[in-house]
Amino acid sequence: MENQIYDRAETLPRDELTALKTSRLKDTVARVQNVPYYKKAFKKTGIGPDSIQSLDDLQRLPLTTKADLRGQYPLGMLAVDRTEVLRFHGSSGTTGKPTMVGYTRNDLNMWAGLCARFLTAGCLRPEHTVQIAFGYGLFTGGFGLHYGVERVGASVIPAAAGNTPRQVMLLMDMQSDALVCTPSYALNISEYILSNNIPREKLNLKYAYFGGEPWTQDMGERIESELGISCFNNYGLSEVLGPGVSGECIAKDGMHISEDYFIVECLDPTSLEPVAPGEEGELVITSLCREAMPIIRYRTRDIASLNPEPCSCGRSTMRMSRVTGRSDDMLIIRGVNVYPSQIEQALLRVEGTAPHYHIIVDRPDRTDEVTVQVEVVEDAFSPSMKHMQELKDRIGRAVRTLTGLRMTIELVSPNTLDRFTGKACRVKDLRREKGLI
Amino acid sequence: MKLKQLSVFLENKPGCLRRACSILADNHINLITLSLADSDQFGILRIIVDNVEKAKAVLDTEGFVSKISDVIAVEVPDEPGGLNHVLKVVEDAGIGVEYMYAFTIKKGENAVMLFYFSDVDKAIRALQNTNFTVLAGCEIFRRASC
Repeated sequence: MENQIYDRAETLPRDELTALKTSRLKDTVARVQNVPYYKKAFKKTGIGPDSIQSLDDLQRLPLTTKADLRGQYPLGMLAVDRTEVLRFHGSSGTTGKPTMVGYTRNDLNMWAGLCARFLTAGCLRPEHTVQIAFGYGLFTGGFGLHYGVERVGASVIPAAAGNTPRQVMLLMDMQSDALVCTPSYALNISEYILSNNIPREKLNLKYAYFGGEPWTQDMGERIESELGISCFNNYGLSEVLGPGVSGECIAKDGMHISEDYFIVECLDPTSLEPVAPGEEGELVITSLCREAMPIIRYRTRDIASLNPEPCSCGRSTMRMSRVTGRSDDMLIIRGVNVYPSQIEQALLRVEGTAPHYHIIVDRPDRTDEVTVQVEVVEDAFSPSMKHMQELKDRIGRAVRTLTGLRMTIELVSPNTLDRFTGKACRVKDLRREKGLI
Repeated sequence: MKLKQLSVFLENKPGCLRRACSILADNHINLITLSLADSDQFGILRIIVDNVEKAKAVLDTEGFVSKISDVIAVEVPDEPGGLNHVLKVVEDAGIGVEYMYAFTIKKGENAVMLFYFSDVDKAIRALQNTNFTVLAGCEIFRRASC
């Protein structure tokens, strides 16, 4: 594999990078004065645009949480006039409403460039063809990578998510060089190829770019050996931009953060104090050039560690480890973010269901499966099997409406699920117990 | 004319049915007839017992979900086409059979079927108008005990 660097900014000497970050942070703090939410939050802490003299001053700025964004739904966080917005995306949230994110022309331009950086770092070249098997929609993955691939100069096949036989047909017939999807979907594709005895030489696949969900080293190695390809990790979240915050180079020893566009802090989720380099903490991200929706110290809830050591690839940027967990109860199921509270809300919408439920997440083979166990109460119980099946279907539909995912609903006897005296622990993630995530 | 049936929710797990039966036995409740409806994940036990209120109370105390509902018992001539005639009457009246099961019959008597219809009262009228015998609860228990 040949090392190539897309943007000179990735190799800036540290002092130049710090100067650039400081001046951009000042601009960002000035720009967020256009957002009433930030204006108020800054006033409360007595911080103005002049308060930023060095990067250390960042820690005086207030944190932004998912709940803060939800409170501004749909467009309270816009820092520009709505007419300047070229596109909206959205991410799933703890309620049925997504968090909406806007992009100006400059934002979209920057985003494509940032995706091109990590794609180039992961060996993508203009002569390649990339098949994108991410959803195209509110989710930032599909469109983000799509324009990144075009920016590199490679060709895009916007296959979108699902329909595995067709994905494999395209991989063979179009001789795609690279695949973009969630790692768990890559496992599905790999399984289809293996179970249909498709010879490796029918494929031209060399690289895969994974995001949208955390994955372990073991899972990556399994995909690499099954498909005979090289996989690269990338990271991002729609609240700050989408994919493009960081990505792996050929050294595959952490993801290079595009520090000229984002300041990534790593804090102890309880004390909110910075942790030492190499130690795990919650990633907190400040955007430096976002126009439509600049964000200050966003608590991602993603747990990872930072590595400031120089990398053998020549990039001077700090690296982050893969995401190893969450500081909240969010689950990632088949690449979709799901909060247990969404399932609770779905149950509340179905008459006759108990407030007691249990969520079991598993990956029996290659696909995430969720089972929601619900206690049957007398009001909902009917001697008619038809009515009971209808109850199950109603719960299933409500869950699907709120989460976008099909889950198995299991009716269980009353008082059989664990009761919690303190913090409820209603989720059993067998994937974690099996070391799959 | 209606008969009280007790339905019990059972998880589809080994031992669930036996546990319900053992609670009934411990409380000296006699099962006159029963049916078990099952799906891949849970089942519904439907029983006719000599003391339905007590049966519900003891099962509920032990953590089961149960419900009392009305079914009707119809005497069906023990001959070819017997059941067919009953079903024809309710079909003509536009009534659907939700579920049905048999009552244990003694030799020489007509068969007795238990039905739950989409409209129980309408079914009773339709059957009585065509001279089918809808048995009262006490008659069921009399036949069960002789």
